[in-house]
Amino acid sequence: MTSGAVTAGDTGARLRAAARGRGRRFWLVIGGVVVAVLGALLGVAFGSVPVPYGDTITIVADKLLGTHLSTADPSTAAIVWELRVPRVLLAMTVGAGLAVAGATFQGLLRNPLADPYVLGTASGAALGAAIGLLLPIHALFLGFGLANVLAFVGAVVSITVVYRLARVTGLAPLTGLLLTGYAVASLLAAGLTMAMYLSGAALREIFNYILGSFEQASWERLAGAVPVVLVGSILIGSRARTLNGLLLGEQAAAHLGVNVERERPLLLGLASLVTAAAVTVSGLIGFVGLVVPHIVRLLTGPNARAVIPISALWGANLLVYSDLAARVFGDIPVGVVTALIGAPFFLALLRRARTGYEL
Amino acid sequence: MTRPAIWLDGVTVEARGRPILRDVSLTVEPGERVALIGPNGAGKSTLLRVVAGVLGANAGRVELGGVPVTSMDRTAVARRLAVVPQQTALPFSMRVEEVVALGRLPHEDALRGARPADRAAVAAAIDRVGLGHLLGRDARELSLGERQLVLLALAVAQAAPTLLLDEPTVHLDLRHQVEAMELMRDLNERDGTTLVAVLHDLALASHFFPRLVLLDHGRLVGDGTPAEVLTDERIGEVFGVAPALVRLAGGG
Repeated sequence: MTSGAVTAGDTGARLRAAARGRGRRFWLVIGGVVVAVLGALLGVAFGSVPVPYGDTITIVADKLLGTHLSTADPSTAAIVWELRVPRVLLAMTVGAGLAVAGATFQGLLRNPLADPYVLGTASGAALGAAIGLLLPIHALFLGFGLANVLAFVGAVVSITVVYRLARVTGLAPLTGLLLTGYAVASLLAAGLTMAMYLSGAALREIFNYILGSFEQASWERLAGAVPVVLVGSILIGSRARTLNGLLLGEQAAAHLGVNVERERPLLLGLASLVTAAAVTVSGLIGFVGLVVPHIVRLLTGPNARAVIPISALWGANLLVYSDLAARVFGDIPVGVVTALIGAPFFLALLRRARTGYEL
Repeated sequence: MTRPAIWLDGVTVEARGRPILRDVSLTVEPGERVALIGPNGAGKSTLLRVVAGVLGANAGRVELGGVPVTSMDRTAVARRLAVVPQQTALPFSMRVEEVVALGRLPHEDALRGARPADRAAVAAAIDRVGLGHLLGRDARELSLGERQLVLLALAVAQAAPTLLLDEPTVHLDLRHQVEAMELMRDLNERDGTTLVAVLHDLALASHFFPRLVLLDHGRLVGDGTPAEVLTDERIGEVFGVAPALVRLAGGG
């Protein structure tokens, strides 16, 4: 309708040339895989007990390939294979899960500052998991399955409460959600601390759970978390169309063919499930779900088809390296490291959100 | 025999016990161009929402192409009907072309996402609405009028046989109002798109639309050509102004 309009082929070519993220997506994936492999090697090689790199490699090779190359003694082999390898894999799983959950909450609630930690979903999951783990059920597998289930219940209840309360406050959506999330998270964290304290848990144990840690990593924990995070994330990824439609708002999404009434509880449930699986095995690790999807979105654009998988990859990376840093600084909780990165980031976003959020 | 694009029979909608639409019956044939007019609070936007199936009627029936809208899934509705809202809020930074591309969602494969045909439709829609100069811009930093055109391009990319527009020109300056109207007429006459637009500007409505539907207090009180609907008597009655004012603005 404008005079001098370019021809369709021309615009198509310009669109392809300008399409943000097509090349970037490729490099984010390739780079992410390289960084992940490197992180895995570093994470397995590094620890308070020095193990020669050669031994580390032969021990892992022996386990994976069934060879007998290693000359290290069995206790060294146990440190590498029973502690470090599951620890690295668990950090990856939890990081991927939290980043996917964060991206989902942000898209669903249309709030760039939402994430499982900020919304109190992680605290709900942690309280549920703690109750499950503290109940006097000693069969390991049963105890763990119960913790997972209760964590899921805790996550769903807390996100539902926050979502409902945020909708009825007279505050702007952004503020209402954050304040409600903060209050609910504080309440649940207090309940969590009390429950653990009363059950006679050691202070360090409580500390590690509240601030998040992979100190307790084991193959059993990994086996409990991987299937849930993997299946949950894939199902969320398969709802990319919904998340893309919601970019324009619930009403517009409905006009674009999204059944919002059906998809919203489904996605809230899936994000809660993934959060619960991550929190059960690691405690409360903040800001992963906030920082990672945000940066990914800046680089690739807001299409959930790219944001979800690339966030998973880089969420895994963030936690592997954060855990490495946590170990370098004398085994501090990994949540301390992510908070050091994430909290300033959150404040910077909050500052920009004032002008940038409402259209 | 073709079935009506839109068919409403005795539609009543209530909100908190207060009637918003009362016993509205309306038939829009494929290829028609209809302007929905009436004062604020007459129920025009509500009528669009009922037609689009996002708001249920308390009584009456709504059919799209002979199929009850309540029995269609959202994607089926979106392939038949595109809706241009007045405004929308974007929580994240999005480029103009990324917003327009959302119009292809109803056609996308759930797993594979956009295909070349979708990208071609997006490029064509951007050209049709004349947004080539806005490519790459953050949609949140555009003027209200530009954003309205972006939403119009999104609906064009959706390529549905029926287009519903909720005050599509409210934020546009005079030149862009006329251009948007010409685009709508072109979509209707050249592509055969059925158009229903809520309009406040009676002059634009009478100039560009062969059929006007007048709503007042939730009732359909006029339906026909501009001359039939905008009689002096009705203008005074419904809009509460002297007919000369409307005539002065170019209507009637």
